[in-house]
Amino acid sequence: MNKRILAITTGILVAVAAIVYAATTTITVKGSDTMVILSQRWAEDYMAKNPAVSIQVTGGGSGTGISALINGATDICNASRPMKSSEREKLKQRYQSLGVEIKTAIDGVTLYVNEKNPIKELTLDQIKAIYTGTITNWKQVGGPDMKIILYGRENSSGTYVYFRDEVLSGQDYAQTMQSMPGTAAVVNAVSRDQYGIGYGGAAYAQGVSFVAVKKDVSSAAYEPTAENIKNGSYPVSRYLYMYVRNRPSGEMKKFIDWILSDEGQSVVTKVGYFPIR
Amino acid sequence: MNIVKMNDDKNVNKSAGSHAGTLKKTGVMKTEQNRDEKTIIQDSSDLCRKRSRPFEFIIEKVILSTAFLSLAFIILIFLFVFREAATIFNNDKTETSAVYEESETYGEEALGDNPGIDKNKNSSVTMEADQSKSSFMDIFGMTWLPVSLTPKYGILPLFIGSLKVALISLLFGAPVAILAALFTSAFASRALKETIKPVVEILAGFPSVVIGFVALIILASLLQNVFGLQYRLNAFTGGLALAIAIIPVIFTISEDALNAVPKHYTDASLALGAEKWETAVYVVLPAAMPGIFAAILLGIGRAIGETMIVLMATGNAAIMSMDLFDPARTMSATIGAEMAEVVFGEFHYGVLFFIGVLLFAISFLINLTTEVFIRRLVMRRFK
Repeated sequence: MNKRILAITTGILVAVAAIVYAATTTITVKGSDTMVILSQRWAEDYMAKNPAVSIQVTGGGSGTGISALINGATDICNASRPMKSSEREKLKQRYQSLGVEIKTAIDGVTLYVNEKNPIKELTLDQIKAIYTGTITNWKQVGGPDMKIILYGRENSSGTYVYFRDEVLSGQDYAQTMQSMPGTAAVVNAVSRDQYGIGYGGAAYAQGVSFVAVKKDVSSAAYEPTAENIKNGSYPVSRYLYMYVRNRPSGEMKKFIDWILSDEGQSVVTKVGYFPIR
Repeated sequence: MNIVKMNDDKNVNKSAGSHAGTLKKTGVMKTEQNRDEKTIIQDSSDLCRKRSRPFEFIIEKVILSTAFLSLAFIILIFLFVFREAATIFNNDKTETSAVYEESETYGEEALGDNPGIDKNKNSSVTMEADQSKSSFMDIFGMTWLPVSLTPKYGILPLFIGSLKVALISLLFGAPVAILAALFTSAFASRALKETIKPVVEILAGFPSVVIGFVALIILASLLQNVFGLQYRLNAFTGGLALAIAIIPVIFTISEDALNAVPKHYTDASLALGAEKWETAVYVVLPAAMPGIFAAILLGIGRAIGETMIVLMATGNAAIMSMDLFDPARTMSATIGAEMAEVVFGEFHYGVLFFIGVLLFAISFLINLTTEVFIRRLVMRRFK
């Protein structure tokens, strides 16, 4: 009698497990460290509504994510910069597709300084001169007579590449820039270094103060607020992308459509980035 | 195995006999027991001789193959690293430019009019350098900027960074470790010795990421406040953290070398009226010098190869500077930070492997020197 009950229970359990397993679709998301928090919130909210779908999010950097997309190690790749032509070419060699680009959010790349630093605004030219090594002392931009300590991201980061292309107009970073593994590490370093300056996503800035950015000397300075980024007054903003190999279908299409819906975009605002519309 | 057992037969019988004798004190039982023991042992040794041969053969071959397996792994790793590094010697591939016009977007219609970003500028492709122009000679440059529109692959600043950090760690780690070893071997009581050695061994197995984290958060701020340093993360901070990692390496080997000094050296010195510390410093320490030198070399090896601590605590700026308080980027940290990003087969990828080859060569040389020192000097001195 007991044995029979045991057998039946086991059978039911196995059957249930099999059904649950079969019903669960797993979507892996990998890439940009800037987008990790955002993607995790998307995944959590989406999974709460659709328990049949399991979404796994990991970081590593935009370059790492794109490599994973090319190698087939991830379904969706997060990237804080557009794909390079050589990366698209590699993807085409393997999957006969140049990849599908999805703009999911807008991020203002913000400049952080220590809270004790009196500098509150900089022009784009000044930022460029600071990061290319032409300006090396805070005195030159109206601050105290102290050397500027540069903090940046590792060269695997999409933010590194974006900042170089957009702010430094393709010029090289000064060699004295210290590379930090992740935006959180940059913020941490600047918050402990009175004469440090760093850059990264707006969602991370805690314990440091933002620098308001002016397009040129005569224009007004704008803080990286939602309002300023949305209406285009803040000069350093970018899209955050998701890349997939082929035009999304099935569960993945549902997930991406949800991200682009009002509900998904409200998560963007909550996390500290800006919706695409 | 069999031979040993046969030789031991007599001893075993003797001891078993006396044992039985003390217990029973009866002549008859004594001889009986003796005979029993003898037959059992002979039986078992017969068994061993006949049956265990194939078993032993298999075991022997298994052990032999595992030994060869580890050898094969080293050779394979060696070959792989060299093969990948070789790509930088013939970098003249003609790159085909991709066609972006075909690339698809999704959900664009939902975007609407957003004045925030200049779409024409931003939705295209990231600017990219032509990697095919780079050649092997580039790696002797003075600048390390691999992700740039004009990439520069000079590994000299990385080499200097590694050297600087290793030197600082040695400057702090080696004296501490050697003196600690001297104390443990010459002065410490048995109980203290039994405490110090396991604790240092725990330190040897300490995760380097934890040491790195402590250096990054606590040590860096502490040093900056005490010395008024300009850079919070610099070669000095990294070197000091690294010293914690190399102390157990140097300590363990130095301690062994000091213990290997024959006791009659110490006895003679003490008998001649030397103090305990005089004996330790003027007799034991010089006698163990080759071993200690080997320990220091292995410490350098560990310091140059260590990745996580330097990645976290040195600031990672590739500067050509001899100043110990400037940030530094080491060779190992560069591989650790950039390997995940590079596109396979690119010049950058090859250069990272070439740095790996350099590290390999350095550690090989160090191990070779150590081996020679131990063989030639230590062994000869005591035989």
